[in-house]
Amino acid sequence: MRLLAIGLVAGLFSALLGVGGGIVAVPLLILAAGYPERRAMATSLTAIVLIAAVGAFTYALHGEVKPGAAAVVGLPAAFGAIAGTALQQRLANRTLSLAFAALLAGIGIWLIV
Amino acid sequence: MWSLLLAGGLGVLAGVLAGLFGVGGGILFVPTLTLVLGLTQIHAEATSLLAIIPAAIAGAWRQRRYGNVRGRDALLLGLAAIAGVEAGVQIAEALPEHALRRLFGVLMLVVAAQVAWRVRRRPAYPS
Repeated sequence: MRLLAIGLVAGLFSALLGVGGGIVAVPLLILAAGYPERRAMATSLTAIVLIAAVGAFTYALHGEVKPGAAAVVGLPAAFGAIAGTALQQRLANRTLSLAFAALLAGIGIWLIV
Repeated sequence: MWSLLLAGGLGVLAGVLAGLFGVGGGILFVPTLTLVLGLTQIHAEATSLLAIIPAAIAGAWRQRRYGNVRGRDALLLGLAAIAGVEAGVQIAEALPEHALRRLFGVLMLVVAAQVAWRVRRRPAYPS
């Protein structure tokens, strides 16, 4: 039940803000569902495959997806993701949480100013 | 040409963030698409969802091998999110772009504070 609520909120923000929903799902999995960081992040990333596919499809129906631009950033990102998951296995959950919080705060400030 | 290389480089960085933190990487994709490739905010948000898919598949595949994925939970999360996505698309098209940015910014600060606060209150434990 809690997972369904987290998914619903993550999906809403995913479409609203163009993120895969992970930026909402990860903290909710940690804060509301009590997941350890690594499991929250891995499970979120798996769910994102589905969330982003549906989001992209819905936007594509409105003609707002640019496939060429998506390939330019998205294909290199696949290699980055493999490096990122490898790096994650070497970090403590506590370190991951603090780094994640710093990332979120940085994005928040950059968007507001 | 240089903008394509820069966009690709930022794409790699977005992928690292995606793999490292379990986010899709849209946080970097969207600004890259608007500032480097010149897309509008709404096109960038739509396109970033497509761009996220290869990185999420690659990262999820590795995480599964590391044994960190709760498959059933991920499926439930994803399915519930679909309903949310449909609602979000409708709202995104009705809201002005600068309001979306502000909304996103405030949300990030609140969540960052909560995640950091939780670590501060919790003693270190072996991961």
